[in-house]
Amino acid sequence: MGIVSGSRARSPWLFLLNASSCNGCVMEFLAALSPRYDVERLGCVLVGTPRQADVLVIVGPVMRKMLPMIVRTYEQVPEPKAVVAVGSCAVSGGPFVGSYAFEGPLDDVVPVDVYVAGCPPKPEAIIRGIYEAVARKFGRGPGGGDGD
Amino acid sequence: MTRERELMRVPFGPIHPALKEPVKLTLLVDGEEVVDVSIELGYVHRGIEALAETRNIVQVLHLVERVCGICSHAHPLCFIQAIESIGGIEPPERALYIRSLVAELERMQSHLMWLGVMSYQAGLLTLFMYALRVREGILDVLEEFTGNRVIKEVNTIGGVRRDLDDRIIARMRSAVKELRRALKLLIEAVHDKTLESRLEGVGVLEHGEAVELCAVGPVARASGVDFDVRRDDPYAAYSQLRGKFSVIVRRGGDALSRTEVRILEVLESTELVEAILDELPQGEVRLGKPLLRLSREIPAGEDVSRVEAPRGELLYYVRTDGREFLNRLRIRTPTLANFPALMAMLRGSELADVPIILSSIDPCIACAERVTLVDAREGARRTVRLSELRRGGG
Repeated sequence: MGIVSGSRARSPWLFLLNASSCNGCVMEFLAALSPRYDVERLGCVLVGTPRQADVLVIVGPVMRKMLPMIVRTYEQVPEPKAVVAVGSCAVSGGPFVGSYAFEGPLDDVVPVDVYVAGCPPKPEAIIRGIYEAVARKFGRGPGGGDGD
Repeated sequence: MTRERELMRVPFGPIHPALKEPVKLTLLVDGEEVVDVSIELGYVHRGIEALAETRNIVQVLHLVERVCGICSHAHPLCFIQAIESIGGIEPPERALYIRSLVAELERMQSHLMWLGVMSYQAGLLTLFMYALRVREGILDVLEEFTGNRVIKEVNTIGGVRRDLDDRIIARMRSAVKELRRALKLLIEAVHDKTLESRLEGVGVLEHGEAVELCAVGPVARASGVDFDVRRDDPYAAYSQLRGKFSVIVRRGGDALSRTEVRILEVLESTELVEAILDELPQGEVRLGKPLLRLSREIPAGEDVSRVEAPRGELLYYVRTDGREFLNRLRIRTPTLANFPALMAMLRGSELADVPIILSSIDPCIACAERVTLVDAREGARRTVRLSELRRGGG
């Protein structure tokens, strides 16, 4: 594992994309950054632009007006990238299936690597989802350990 | 020598990195000064009002819970009050107290979350982390009582779905006590010179403007509008709790006043929670009938209901068709009511203050981390990150 791919796996940078979410998942994602859960201990850093990100965390159902923004944001994330769909809305549409603005579950729009279900999922589950995505896409899990 | 004035259009959003929902602001700036602003909404439009017309009352109850994850108790509470008033249903006293209790716990966590976001925007990451850690104590008791940290699902037609027992009451008391201790430190941190000077005099909303533009909630109260639905049009158990809390009013109208109002409201909420736990009446927490039968017994009718959500007055208009479905649901959220006030605050402000002003109204949106500056005359674009704006660049 080279130095670039090694650091990518050990310290993945996250970008949170809110696709029409109700904020429930956003709050739990922020809680995952907070001292109790502290996703930064795995080397994860929240960044301000998709162009710097390795992992794209998407919350919320895909609604019509956001659809082009989601695709564009996904395209702006450089390869290799991992996508984590957080919350029932991103996974399936949740309670919003049947709305005139609903454009289908997230994996109809962009490829999704890990699904974290729940309304909203707890911060622990979100961290697990990020871990799995990194381990799957970048060869090994984040954080300091060697074996895992 | 006369210098030709250049007006620039600065679009904010809709996608931005860190916190919360997408919204697009287009600012017209003259140098550093914001001359005009327009707000484009609809990025999170989910068609909830139309969806509600296709579902029955019980399903809609779960749908409105998900209008907003931060005030996920205020929305169903407001909806269920309208339904109960149409059906002539009186929930038991204990249920009303529990509704108020959860509403106050929700207010605390919402205001603490806001304090975190606000200090993040002001560049004080320490306070962000600290506020979020303090908030976990409230989320713990909420989870223990309702089963979920965010979406609480406590309300049902004619009462609440869960009852308090002695163990959870004791847990709540100690959580509130702990919070009050932590609040002292938070209040001190807010009144620290660094943060205070960042917030003072920023985004001023005069009393007259607040009244004229129909601002609600802490935004209005920070501009000297003495109004709180809990006191002025009591619902749930608030008519019995009248003497137990005071409405926090400040006259400054700036971001600092709004911060003060919110943080002192958390303090008032701790008082309220203790009063509710002290006075909690005995008895049932819901009517004995099955939920679906109750929902079928709701006659055709219409009603308007309002509650004081953490962000201000939330208003629901509900019209039922008498066959367990809805003909119309209309939701007026406090953030929407505060947008005209936000525009008034932004006009004449400095570009670097925009993120602070935006988050100072506690919008259910906080959208700007990357900004594209468009030179109106040359059409040249350059992209600026919010963090640069925070440093006062632009």
